[in-house]
Amino acid sequence: MSGDHSARLPEPDRPWMMRTYAGHSTAKASNELYRRNLAKGQTGLSVAFDLPTQTGYDPDDELARGEVGKVGVPISHRGDMAALMDGIPLGEMNTSMTINATAAWLLSLYIVAAEDQGVAQEQLQGTTQNDIIKEFLARGTYAFPPAASMRLIADMIAYTVEHVPKWNPINICSYHLQEAGATPVQEIAYSMSNAIAVLDAARERVQAAHADDEAAAQELMEQVFGRISFFVNAGVRFIEEHAKLRAMATLWEELGRERYGVQSERHLRFRYGVQVNSLGLTEAQPENNVQRIVLEALAVTLGRDARARAIQLPAWNEALGLPRPWDQQWSLRIQQVLAYETDVLEYPDIFEGSIVMDGLVSELLQGARAEMAVVAEHGGAVEAVAYMKAALVDSHRERIRRIEAGEQVVVGQNRFTETEDSPLTSDAEGGILVVDPAVEAEQIDEVRAWRASRDQAAVDAALAGLAEAAAAPEQTTNLMDATIAAARAGATTGEWSRTLREVFGSYRAPTGVGEAAAAPADDELSELREEVARLQERLGRRPKILVGKPGLDGHSNGAEQIAVRARDSGMDVVYEGIRLTPAQIAASALQEGVHVIGLSILSGSHRELIPAVIGALREAGVDAPVVVGGIIPEQDVDDLRRAGVAAVYTPKDFDITRIMRDIVELVGAGYAGAGAAVANAPVAVAGNGSANGAA
Amino acid sequence: MSGATGPQGVDGAALGGRLRERDLSAAPPALNLLESTAPADREQAAALLREVSPAALGGEAPGHVIGITGPPGAGKSTLLSALLKRWRADGSTVAMLAVDPSSRHSGGSLLGDRARVEFDPSDHEVFIRSTSAGERLGGLAWATRAAAHALAAAFDVVVIETVGVGQAETEVADVADTVAVVVQPGSGDVLQFLKSGIMEIPDVLVVTKADLGQLAVRTRRDVSAALRSLGSRDTRVLAVSSLSPPQGIDELVAALGEHRERSSIGERRLRARRANALADYAHEHGERGLRALGGRRAAEQLLERQEPTLDTAALVAALELGAKGAG
Repeated sequence: MSGDHSARLPEPDRPWMMRTYAGHSTAKASNELYRRNLAKGQTGLSVAFDLPTQTGYDPDDELARGEVGKVGVPISHRGDMAALMDGIPLGEMNTSMTINATAAWLLSLYIVAAEDQGVAQEQLQGTTQNDIIKEFLARGTYAFPPAASMRLIADMIAYTVEHVPKWNPINICSYHLQEAGATPVQEIAYSMSNAIAVLDAARERVQAAHADDEAAAQELMEQVFGRISFFVNAGVRFIEEHAKLRAMATLWEELGRERYGVQSERHLRFRYGVQVNSLGLTEAQPENNVQRIVLEALAVTLGRDARARAIQLPAWNEALGLPRPWDQQWSLRIQQVLAYETDVLEYPDIFEGSIVMDGLVSELLQGARAEMAVVAEHGGAVEAVAYMKAALVDSHRERIRRIEAGEQVVVGQNRFTETEDSPLTSDAEGGILVVDPAVEAEQIDEVRAWRASRDQAAVDAALAGLAEAAAAPEQTTNLMDATIAAARAGATTGEWSRTLREVFGSYRAPTGVGEAAAAPADDELSELREEVARLQERLGRRPKILVGKPGLDGHSNGAEQIAVRARDSGMDVVYEGIRLTPAQIAASALQEGVHVIGLSILSGSHRELIPAVIGALREAGVDAPVVVGGIIPEQDVDDLRRAGVAAVYTPKDFDITRIMRDIVELVGAGYAGAGAAVANAPVAVAGNGSANGAA
Repeated sequence: MSGATGPQGVDGAALGGRLRERDLSAAPPALNLLESTAPADREQAAALLREVSPAALGGEAPGHVIGITGPPGAGKSTLLSALLKRWRADGSTVAMLAVDPSSRHSGGSLLGDRARVEFDPSDHEVFIRSTSAGERLGGLAWATRAAAHALAAAFDVVVIETVGVGQAETEVADVADTVAVVVQPGSGDVLQFLKSGIMEIPDVLVVTKADLGQLAVRTRRDVSAALRSLGSRDTRVLAVSSLSPPQGIDELVAALGEHRERSSIGERRLRARRANALADYAHEHGERGLRALGGRRAAEQLLERQEPTLDTAALVAALELGAKGAG
């Protein structure tokens, strides 16, 4: 077998690329942060954009309210991109952008920023995430319908292969599938199916471009295949997680050879970057997250045959709020200790010949192939979005059930919960980054000033050209040229997106909650159902809850689980999905006659959005109590309660049935006075103390 | 008992009066009341319905009640968004009742469709309500039927959206003036249902996703052929595309309007009220109740002898009285 292998490599491997997912407030502030991070030994950039930029809105759009500069940096036009990259030599930097629906636009701004620096696009290196299917499935920052989105991706691949050859135009993401609850088998199967959808779309484009020259088409397809990389996740079960990556490498090579006729070994290699698991990070005893992150980093570095090309690690406090530069430095240091202090880079693949590892891999391969066949039966990943989404909601529900039941141990959360006070979270801001609320107003002024100062005729002409290109048949017109022209002319993110939305139409992804199977009724749930039935007697109607996500945050996994459990408790659930304005929530609550409203926000915009929603509700004459769930820092809870929120739930409240019981009690308390004119009951129930019961 | 004494503490007659005056803001509390099963609320609900009965209105309610049904994934929500936009552009006020199946295990339900119909939250002349299919087997929930009648007094258009093929459009035909079945290209099920008689022949048949080209054309042709072979000449078959630019929406709106013009709404509603009264009575009193009236046929004859302006509740009362008299 491998008897001639030496136990050591002649030379240690070069370390992987080290990045930190970063960006907040403004382009200028983020630029300073990037420069500091690079000075600390970070070797690449990973740009976090704020939600308006990710979904194609300018800071002054109604939907952007509360979200500007929160989870990332706002980039509205070429001026912002130039400021973001100021003093960073783009010809040498390797930049990863977590950007999907608006990826074509942000890449164009990056190309224009490079031009400003005198750097040709041929020299640019980096990655645009650009995986829209997982946005429909898990992350929610889509902007256009599936077919139009796939066209944009195919256009970018075609453009970059020719003009920006060192760019990875798409990162197929299994990362967010795991965050949405995917099992390792689902993670492999859905991301591979997703890759097939992208590659098939690209192949169509390639074949159309070289209809008369089969050899040239095949040569180009080899290059396209070679440019596709993955963005994966790694959970704390790090041995199985490593096996998962080996299984993905096997499937990828197989796919390349068999489906796309790729022959070059170099192009067949499975290349991936990684951000390790955030779902498993806890709010309770958050210091434990450090060891979770270290172990997860091992999953993607231990075995040389399936080692990550680039790594970014989350910070220990992600379940609490936004990490500060110091928190991110700690995570960078974890990578550096692993790469420069340990001996992990000195050996050939340490799992070669391991019966256990091979067994794990083949088990995963078998499961993944079966699940890929199911997706193929649905007609491929684009057609199977609803199926996959429902399967993920189901898996996530099962995961939560296991944690609730104690079958899956989460140290500090459902076991070993006795704890001393943490010195890490004792400062005034609770150990997290708080974005200055003045940033939003500044950015609104800034983008308005930008619009006023540019050559409007040039912008109008460029946008008209974009609309025309979008309406043209996709095989003949690549949208990248018109997009770069609009970027150069000074158009804004919102204008680019609006122009395309007008041609392509807008879209709402399936929620997966309607199809989710009912939970098996344990004693607790049965008891709750009886309680709901009793409440129904008193109300005259079945208790009705509205669940929705205000703002642009598309991380709907939590809201979906609440909706499904409320249904399983016997309530009528109006699930409104994501991206709602306060006015929409108020109109729905009024028209639907709901008894209680559940809102979920993970992006940190709760301070602005929740009071705005409550204001809109009360103005519409809706007095139903409001409960809020999400990543809500402890120090914001009192303010939210003062704004009229009846209860606040954070990641440490992992027992969803218990949350449901609170909600049922809350509704019952509001209707306590039998025969009273309860339709006008005050929201005094806010102080009934049932909130945060799990604290 | 009288006055505001139910759990909801609302005055049904006053709400009914507001609907009759076409005060659209009465719609949410009216629905809350009609959905209530508390006995005192049910009395108020009956008072509400009396206020919008043909007798109180001096004729049939002016709104056009349209049932729209079809299998999941046929594109109903997108179609409804396009229709809503079109109706609003014409100045019509619109109420939509989206009926979702309940979970059999818990009784709870996920009412998902609302999020999928695009609406302008500041537009107070649109009312969208999701409701679970609820308790009555083999028919729309009592509350849904009652709501459709009540809302037709206030809104120009009342849409009842249900999911499914076969049972669903039969149920919705009990309450709608016009029934439209929505199918997507390539769906063989609907053809089978039509031919086998599982599905009643709708007033309008809509083939969505006309942008799919040949497939849509073929489906439209197959459906038309099936309808002809069943001897149906009245059913309009239309192809629509909701993708921009939308196609066929204007034609669909016109076809729905035409159906209303040429059919006798009064007769249809009267028939529906009688059928609903009988179903409600049978649900309440079972086979024994029907026997007390001398069987189903005799009950139908009793209903036919009643004043045509009586609402469903009054017709049920008439049946109950008849059963007492016979017993």
